Amino acid sequence: MRKTPTLTYFALAIACLLSVVPFYFMFIVATRKLEVINAVPPPVLPGGEFGENFGRVLDNEHAAFLYGLVNSIIVSSVVTISLVFFSSLAGFAFAKLRFKGKNVMLLIIITTMMIPTQLGLIPLYDMMVNFFHLDDTLPAVILPFLVSGFGVFMMRQYAASAVSDELIEAARVDGCTTFRLYWSVVLPALRPAMGVLGLLTFMEQWNSFLWPYAILTADTPTVQVSLALLASAYYTDYAQVFAATAVATLPLLVVFVVFGRQIIGGIMEGAVKA
Amino acid sequence: MVRVQNAGAVTTHGASATGGVHKRGPSGRMSRLDTRVSPYLYVAPFFIVFALFGLYPLGMTAWMSLHDWDLIGDRSFIGFENYAALMSDEYFWNAARNTLAIFLIATIPQLMMALFLAELLNRGLRARTFLRMTIFVPNVTSLAAVAIVFGLFFRRDFGAINWLLGFVDIGPIDWQRERLSSWIAIATMIDWRWTGYNALIFLAAMQAIPRDLYESASLDGAGRWRQFTSITLPSLRPTAFFVVIVSTIGGWQLFTEPLIFNSGSGAILGGTQRQFQTVAMYMYERGFADLKFGYGAAIAFALFAIIVVASLLNFVLVRRSVRS
Repeated sequence: MRKTPTLTYFALAIACLLSVVPFYFMFIVATRKLEVINAVPPPVLPGGEFGENFGRVLDNEHAAFLYGLVNSIIVSSVVTISLVFFSSLAGFAFAKLRFKGKNVMLLIIITTMMIPTQLGLIPLYDMMVNFFHLDDTLPAVILPFLVSGFGVFMMRQYAASAVSDELIEAARVDGCTTFRLYWSVVLPALRPAMGVLGLLTFMEQWNSFLWPYAILTADTPTVQVSLALLASAYYTDYAQVFAATAVATLPLLVVFVVFGRQIIGGIMEGAVKA
Repeated sequence: MVRVQNAGAVTTHGASATGGVHKRGPSGRMSRLDTRVSPYLYVAPFFIVFALFGLYPLGMTAWMSLHDWDLIGDRSFIGFENYAALMSDEYFWNAARNTLAIFLIATIPQLMMALFLAELLNRGLRARTFLRMTIFVPNVTSLAAVAIVFGLFFRRDFGAINWLLGFVDIGPIDWQRERLSSWIAIATMIDWRWTGYNALIFLAAMQAIPRDLYESASLDGAGRWRQFTSITLPSLRPTAFFVVIVSTIGGWQLFTEPLIFNSGSGAILGGTQRQFQTVAMYMYERGFADLKFGYGAAIAFALFAIIVVASLLNFVLVRRSVRS
């Protein structure tokens, strides 16, 4: 292995610093009095005003922040469970079962990954409002994302290598039904990939903005919609906005600190396979 | 388990599969039915949900774009009039120009920085996982949070960026007011969130390059830079293509950062002179704020056409550079 000069570490340290500074600043402003953000140079240490700042967020009926948090937990959890389950089921079928039209179907699924979500936004809105009458409800936010082409494709790639054909044959000979096969043989083998897909899905849903912003109102926001409302109406009260932003970001940071290694492994593995 | 089999029985008539047939199960007929029908049941949820919430809206966008269509239900067929109007709509071209400019200002430095970071991370390092996680962590934040924090950095008065620029006698810059400065501010938000992500994608591809290529090059006396340009870069071409396509698709859909960057009412306009309104914002303005669904749908399709053309252009460019 080549010797690594200090310059490499120095450059990487700067990159890491730039990655972290905005987060750090977010927590500084969230924990300080409003006036401090106009200080030059900016403050370096956190203060003790977080409770006071977040209290103003909770009292703010316009943004319904707490409601947004609960809604986001519901939406992200339901979508994650559904998407991971259906993806693993379909991925297993595409990787290990034989059926007519399999390759064409898989090609269709890969093609769907390239369609930008905004393309169908207006008809989707029209359909949810005028046909299903679901405007301003959580099902309208959840339904379009119950499945994903990316999820199916990722699970197929993983199942193809993680589940051996001999194991499937052996289970068949023992009289396993197909669902039993999925449940007791395939599912345990897929668990690591399902974990990564689940984490990615949860983060994506938690951060999702455009569709919730279009279909929900200020009365039933998700956490991101609530943040946007706060930022646009209370942009003079940075301390309040930042307290809300910090609380909305913290759950994902915790998830990332705990599972970051797996998430990064999954992303890098996917990059090589794709 | 039982439920799946029963549900399968209902759809047997439709399915004419000749998949793997197993005769050794305890109940031969049920097991045959199971192997034939189960695959279709397992992939059906995707296709049903996609047909309803993906494919139908897609076709409907095309149909709507040919109509004068509003929320209440007034609609009349007007052929390609929406598209004709779009071609001479200066706000649309303004939005297209802004989006392209922000995309270029963001993507070109971003890919170079990502490549550089990946090359650094690919050397034998201590604290490898920590470095990777730290570089990736901006991608974990929401677009809204990024836009809010960077909005504070890019204030004219007391903003951290202007404070830093003050040391080299630049500014203070009113970032939101001018075209170029607002584009740079928005591009900075995009780069902060995506550079680390793309660096990890490049790193993964770099690690797949066989080590002995470098070893033999090293024996031939090739230095680190020479190895980078004649081994690493050519091997990364497929990955670079993938990253550029993904950036193109994402870049043209840019919406949240410029929306939140312009705080206050009328945020969808992207500044007082629409100086940073993107195509997606303009679609939203016409479709949802003005409730002109037909016109909004035409903008959506124009956006899609731009993305397809831009992707094809990338494809051709990459193909050509492979040949030369």
